[in-house]
Amino acid sequence: MFPNNKGYFEEFGGRFVPETLMFCLKQLEDEYLKAKKDKKFLREFNYYLREYAGRPTPLYLAENLSRYLGINKIYLKREDLLHTGAHKINNTLGQVLLAIRMGKRRIIAETGAGQHGVATATVAAMFGLKCDVYMGKQDIKRQRLNVFRMKLLGANVIPVESGSQTLKDAINEAIRDWVTNVRTTHYIIGSTVGPHPYPMMVRDFQSVIGRETKEQIIKKEGRLPDYLIACVGGGSNAMGMFSPFFKYKQVKFIGVEAAGKGLSTNRHSATLTKGKKGVLHGAYSLVLEDRFGQIKSAYSIAPGLDYPGVGPEHAFYKKIGRARYVTVDDKGALEGFKLLSLTEGIIPALEPAHVIFYLNKLKRQLKNSIVIVCLSGRGDKDLDIVVKGLKIK
Amino acid sequence: MNRIERKFKELKRKRQKAFVVFLTCGYPDLRTTKILIKELYRAGVDIIELGIPFSDPLADGKLIQESSAYALKKGIDIFKVFKLASETRRITSIPLCLLTYYNPIICFGLERFMRMSRDSGVDGLIIPDLPPEESKDILKIAKSYGISVIFFISPTTSGERLKLICNLSRGFIYYVSLTGVTGPREKLPVDLIDNLKKIKKITSKPVCVGFGISRPDQIKRLYKIVDGVIVGSAIIKKIKDNLGKPDLIKKVVDFVLWLRGNKISYV
Repeated sequence: MFPNNKGYFEEFGGRFVPETLMFCLKQLEDEYLKAKKDKKFLREFNYYLREYAGRPTPLYLAENLSRYLGINKIYLKREDLLHTGAHKINNTLGQVLLAIRMGKRRIIAETGAGQHGVATATVAAMFGLKCDVYMGKQDIKRQRLNVFRMKLLGANVIPVESGSQTLKDAINEAIRDWVTNVRTTHYIIGSTVGPHPYPMMVRDFQSVIGRETKEQIIKKEGRLPDYLIACVGGGSNAMGMFSPFFKYKQVKFIGVEAAGKGLSTNRHSATLTKGKKGVLHGAYSLVLEDRFGQIKSAYSIAPGLDYPGVGPEHAFYKKIGRARYVTVDDKGALEGFKLLSLTEGIIPALEPAHVIFYLNKLKRQLKNSIVIVCLSGRGDKDLDIVVKGLKIK
Repeated sequence: MNRIERKFKELKRKRQKAFVVFLTCGYPDLRTTKILIKELYRAGVDIIELGIPFSDPLADGKLIQESSAYALKKGIDIFKVFKLASETRRITSIPLCLLTYYNPIICFGLERFMRMSRDSGVDGLIIPDLPPEESKDILKIAKSYGISVIFFISPTTSGERLKLICNLSRGFIYYVSLTGVTGPREKLPVDLIDNLKKIKKITSKPVCVGFGISRPDQIKRLYKIVDGVIVGSAIIKKIKDNLGKPDLIKKVVDFVLWLRGNKISYV
């Protein structure tokens, strides 16, 4: 089973953090491993996933889109229908229950697009915990609506002015806060990144996506799908979808990264495609860096994808060839956004819109296949960007 | 035995304590860093910790973050840091430690980094985001190049890990005074002294305390128990407050003398 007991997926993963955090990562790991086997914890987690978040989400056969693209069958795993509008709530529910178990009364989180921040603020409000969310100043400008949502939910949104003032800097700042308040605070990381046990734990909490999908597709089709496709920023929705299918070699995985303004420019987020091995935010994985190992700022039209690192398990999947990672640029994402809206009446978030566009590129190969797309979130949050991008009047 | 170990031996003989200064390399420029090292050495500073600026210094507070970003903007890179180290080595015998986050080392290549360090006269290496559990590779290489890798103990370190770190750390042990990032503090934690006494009981290696130190009375109290103190952000602040002024060097040196309890007319 991956990771090993030191948090490694072969060479990727580990725990590269200041000494002060070592004890609480160990504490978190121990507590999580206990909780994972605790029926009461799992019952509670499943209860909130069902009654509060709205699980299970439908596995919807997108007939129009399938017909339009000439692909046998495209199914959409409708994470966009979850409470707060994205898959992020699966993880924040799991982690908040764990925080309560550990007696921590204060929650901190980082957020880029604001989806994880909203999902964290939501569970903190529901469980009555104090919540501080770090968000880059640039992102605050881009995602005003989510800032208001977090504030309405009682969270304190702290603008981050260091570095590139985006997601990576928000994570730095959250880690600095955690180092300072480690005894009273739990840090809810929003993706399958960070030091061990986070990549494993976030994957497990998100794996409900894949487990449900497996059950649903077998019910509907009597067999496993040929392809699973998901977008990858840090990689949590993709890992949540992929990991329960890991051992079924006939199911192929495709991760779609953001090529932003193009892979030949410096303005993209394609860490798996263009990154080098390195350490960012506590894990050894792939990173976007300059020739001196300084971390570059990532870019994508989809704010949830612009992260210059990626979960170590994805780096591992890539290395062993279990998943293939491809890219779609900003233009493609806007096309995908339009396409799904028009064919299915579903407005996707810009992140999974990358995947929709990729189907178009791959349609010949997929002609006879059953394909499942993880529709990780809905697009309301992106309307400002899209209206500008598509010049809608 | 390298320069760091010799230094602590010498200090012990003289019944003195070490004063370690952190400087962000290239803040505000390479020339100033170089003169500062020389002058601080003359003023009795025992060890210099030279910070390689990094884009994402997650263990550092505002002051060092800003100095790091400033230096990067000015085009400081790892080659320039090594060049400055070797130039410094030609004019002083002060023990030199590099402080860097792990990613630049990985990018540069572990072996190449150690070779360049040795060739530039660097004695020690401090990596804030590399705990001992992850350091097997680097320790082996560091050893073969005679570079001391210095590890941290924090207020949250306990039990077996305390012993492990005391065992692995070479040169000295870096005790982090508080749970938090670097930066001057008016008050240090109340349990600091007790914690340090505990550490001193389990190791005979020199222990130096860093994080938050910015006043002479703090240093005086710490010197009763430990082997040295490390001052970083407070020095960076002094540099920042005197940016562009002709007497920057003197102001910083005077500040260090004041911290050490010299009765100079400190303003």
